[in-house]
Amino acid sequence: MSETPLLKVEDLTAHHGAVCALDRVSIDVPERGLCAVLGANGAGKSTLLRTLTGLHPATSGRVTLDGEDITRLPAERAVTKGLAHVPEGGGVIVELTVEENLRLGGLWRSRHDPETLAEVLDLFPPLVERRGKPAATLSGGERQMLAIGRALMARPRVLLLDEPSLGLAPMVTEQIFTLLGDLRERTGLTVVLVEQNAAGALGVTDHGFVLNQGRVAAEGPSDELLSDDRTRHAYLGF
Amino acid sequence: MDHFINLTLNGLALGAAYSALALSLVLIYQATRLVNFAQPAFALLSVYAAFAVTQITGSYWLGFGAALITGMTAGAAAERFVVRPIARVSPLNGVIVTLGMLLVVQGAVGMIWGNEQHAFGYAFSYVGRFSPADIFAVSAVAGVALLLFLLYRFTAIGLRMRAAAHHPEAARLSGVRVGLMLTAGWAIASFIGALAGMLAAPPFLYPNVFDIVFVFGITAAVVGGLDNPFGAILGGMLIGLGGSWVSGYVGPELATLSALVIVVVVLSVRPDGILSRPTARKV
Repeated sequence: MSETPLLKVEDLTAHHGAVCALDRVSIDVPERGLCAVLGANGAGKSTLLRTLTGLHPATSGRVTLDGEDITRLPAERAVTKGLAHVPEGGGVIVELTVEENLRLGGLWRSRHDPETLAEVLDLFPPLVERRGKPAATLSGGERQMLAIGRALMARPRVLLLDEPSLGLAPMVTEQIFTLLGDLRERTGLTVVLVEQNAAGALGVTDHGFVLNQGRVAAEGPSDELLSDDRTRHAYLGF
Repeated sequence: MDHFINLTLNGLALGAAYSALALSLVLIYQATRLVNFAQPAFALLSVYAAFAVTQITGSYWLGFGAALITGMTAGAAAERFVVRPIARVSPLNGVIVTLGMLLVVQGAVGMIWGNEQHAFGYAFSYVGRFSPADIFAVSAVAGVALLLFLLYRFTAIGLRMRAAAHHPEAARLSGVRVGLMLTAGWAIASFIGALAGMLAAPPFLYPNVFDIVFVFGITAAVVGGLDNPFGAILGGMLIGLGGSWVSGYVGPELATLSALVIVVVVLSVRPDGILSRPTARKV
């Protein structure tokens, strides 16, 4: 982790009303990094991602992407800077078809992009046969694939994933985690993965951050976090 | 049989205006979950603009164009400068403020043009069975509905507008400027509302001319299912046909009642309207 980080978060603070949800959080994510953000319910994991993309306003602090300050950028501009965010539950638009959802993801770059569409569909075979069907007909795992696919349509540099394993069968979760590793290898994608499923997330990532009550309580290489009993007992609950 | 055909054609022409007004309500409801009670006010303003322009230039069609432009501008401005800052706090505030706009615009129109009736002509001759004016009404609404369908279904901006309406947050994360899409939606809806006004206003124009039309319009929207544009068209036609048949066979004094009967019957069978899917909605 000697090179300059692609995504740099410095002293980021955010509030939900009077409650401090993020308290001077600092995180460095290197290019091609695969980072996990862990923690209990209400630790501030989702708020962190939402503040990074501008869905939630930052009270203070700084977010830079490749040196460019994006702290106060409105959410609809984040993706144009290369920061794609798959929100909790995926945010698939069930009223649109599978293909419309995918096209929407790449729309800000160009009106028609059959090449990227074909590439993304290649990653998710179950979506191919459902292309023209409403996204409402997809299963939970397929929706998560669609949500990730839509984010990839933007050809992002950094992919922020909020609890992709939520409500999914362990096998499907594993498939998605494997896919993230593959994507990193092939396209150089940087991934920030928010998870409650700490063991699974630390198994596929190379660096981990543990949030507790809005603060970074522990961080380090994933295998060290996984083998450190104190952190595991105190924050990760296994 | 001849009588029946006459009544049916007449009902379709009436229904065209109701359909257009219902469509303008549904488009806004779909995007913002808000019934825009100011829609007849925008239509009123548009038709008075047409009246003024026609008086000055002597051309009906220049007036017609002025009406559509006025409607579009009024809708966009109302969304951007009145509804958006207020509805952010609570959706109910948004509904109340549209009611307020209705009263203000009706009052202002009365102050500018007076409360008396002005003669206001049709686009074409209105004489005879399925007159040119009737044909124009039906085909204008059908044309607009078709264009709207093509816009929403097949263009990039249509996809953005649908995404913004159904899931604003996911749309923003995909790079859609949701606020801009809402303004565009209100502009399109009020454009169609202005068209409805131009079809429904003649032969006389006065500040309360759309009161009863609006009642039929919103009835049509509810009957069709408030969040389905096809339902709005269907509902408008149903209300138009029902009114025409009842006034022809039973008596014109009962025409208004027919709308009430239709709404009661339809909502007893399908509480969300004919074409609306039942959905769980957050309250």
